[in-house]
Amino acid sequence: MPPSTGTVELHGVSRWYGNVVAVNDVSMTLGPGVTGLLGPNGAGKTTLLQMMAGFLPPSRGELTVAGRPSWRNPEIYRVLGLVADREAVPGFLTAWQFVLASARLHELPDPERATERALGQMELHDAWHRRLGTYSKGMRQRARVAAALVHQPTVLLLDEPFNGMDPRQRLHMMDLLHRTADAGAIVLFSSHILEEVEQVSGTVQVMVAGRLAASGDYRSIRRLMTHRPHVFAIRSSDDRRLAVALMAEPAVAGVDIGQSGLTVRAGDYGTFARALPRIVQRERIRVRQVTPSDESLESVFAYLVAQ
Amino acid sequence: MNATIASITARALLGRRRFLLLLPLPLLLVGLAWLAHGLDPDPSAWGEPVVAGLGFAVVLPMIALVVGTGVLGAEIDDGTIVHVLATPVARRDIVLAKLAVAAGVTTAVTATAMFLTGVIVGSVRFGLGLAVACVVCSIAYSAVFLALSLLTRRPVLLGLLYVLIWEGLLGNLLAGSRVLSIQQYAVAIAAEIAPSPVLHARLSLPLALAMSAAFAVGGTLLAIDRLRSFRLAGETS
Repeated sequence: MPPSTGTVELHGVSRWYGNVVAVNDVSMTLGPGVTGLLGPNGAGKTTLLQMMAGFLPPSRGELTVAGRPSWRNPEIYRVLGLVADREAVPGFLTAWQFVLASARLHELPDPERATERALGQMELHDAWHRRLGTYSKGMRQRARVAAALVHQPTVLLLDEPFNGMDPRQRLHMMDLLHRTADAGAIVLFSSHILEEVEQVSGTVQVMVAGRLAASGDYRSIRRLMTHRPHVFAIRSSDDRRLAVALMAEPAVAGVDIGQSGLTVRAGDYGTFARALPRIVQRERIRVRQVTPSDESLESVFAYLVAQ
Repeated sequence: MNATIASITARALLGRRRFLLLLPLPLLLVGLAWLAHGLDPDPSAWGEPVVAGLGFAVVLPMIALVVGTGVLGAEIDDGTIVHVLATPVARRDIVLAKLAVAAGVTTAVTATAMFLTGVIVGSVRFGLGLAVACVVCSIAYSAVFLALSLLTRRPVLLGLLYVLIWEGLLGNLLAGSRVLSIQQYAVAIAAEIAPSPVLHARLSLPLALAMSAAFAVGGTLLAIDRLRSFRLAGETS
């Protein structure tokens, strides 16, 4: 893999469709290494990746890949590889023919050898000569990644690359992304699943509602996420006494008593999680149910935006 | 022209049994001419409806429409176009490869059928005249329909409107609209090469050739320009 020839830079990039703002004033610089683009569905991740990949012009702002704009610039694909979110592949081609075509279109000096290497990287040895139409979703995904990697790009963009993969394939893909990045490439992949990003990337860009909500190394983002106010629904043998005891805790911001139990607003997850067992033990109350009631990804992201 | 793109396009278009879909109309044309000739060897009564009314007005544009909108439109619809576009191949080369396949397949299917029809109706020379007209107009139609597949999400519908409303209806009612009718160019070219009582040209040969070239070049340039600015569908996820 050749060393990276630059960075991916976005300055005040926005993209709108009519009145809908899909990406709103995003600035970021991506260097060599694996970066996760995290956000719920509809956050603008795909739009952002499409702009980076030259398949959509920014409505406003400046976007360059290796120092050059990607829009209306096919030459950029000599250094850029893309695995788009749509899973379609020409089902009548075998994996070998599909990746070989990609190698030839990239005008590689030895397309057969490059094809062999890319298919080997994606562990498709046993299925090279089968038509893509007979592949499982995960295998098709690996064939698409092989086609995107065949020219050893220094910038690799992947939109939801783990979709349809089984756990073993995911581990293999994660390893591949790391190896690609270790060789000096810029690897950016999108995901709406926290754990995927946690396992793969050191750096995270969090998008919510078209905006860049948080940016940095994974640990600091994770800390932001766990140290936010949490709401729990609790049912116990004595809700009223438990409410009184909880209100004395500094980690608890408020308690509501309702028909179906308590609704507790905790200052941060960790402190509350440690305090609750201590309180119920001390007060000799039996807890029947503790349910985090706002753990949806959207609420986590909404909190990050508010920060 | 890019051979890799051309070969994949041809396989997508003709692979397995898909090419069978292109055969019913040409077979109908030849079969009808053969049947009519069997019933009445003098083509003055049935020659024009078969050659112009079915051959140039239906078979040629319909085959060109199916093929011309299919070579790129199908890939745009299913998203596989990304695999070709995410490469450094010049957009001009992509369009030229697609156009070559579309015009080649359309020519092969229609020129063969029209040649056989011409031989049945009149003579080998008449058949050759019809075939040459098919070659020229296959290129013009293919360029227009290829451009349509990049201009709109409903290329087949718009192509049908052009063929049925503009060429079929207005072309017979308004003399001026014939200048923009590829079907009329085909008739003019064939009538010039092999004059026959069953063909009535309404345009001169130079005009027909110049306009065919204009459609072919204009459609190709438009397609190249649109492909350079190709945008993936606007998902906002």
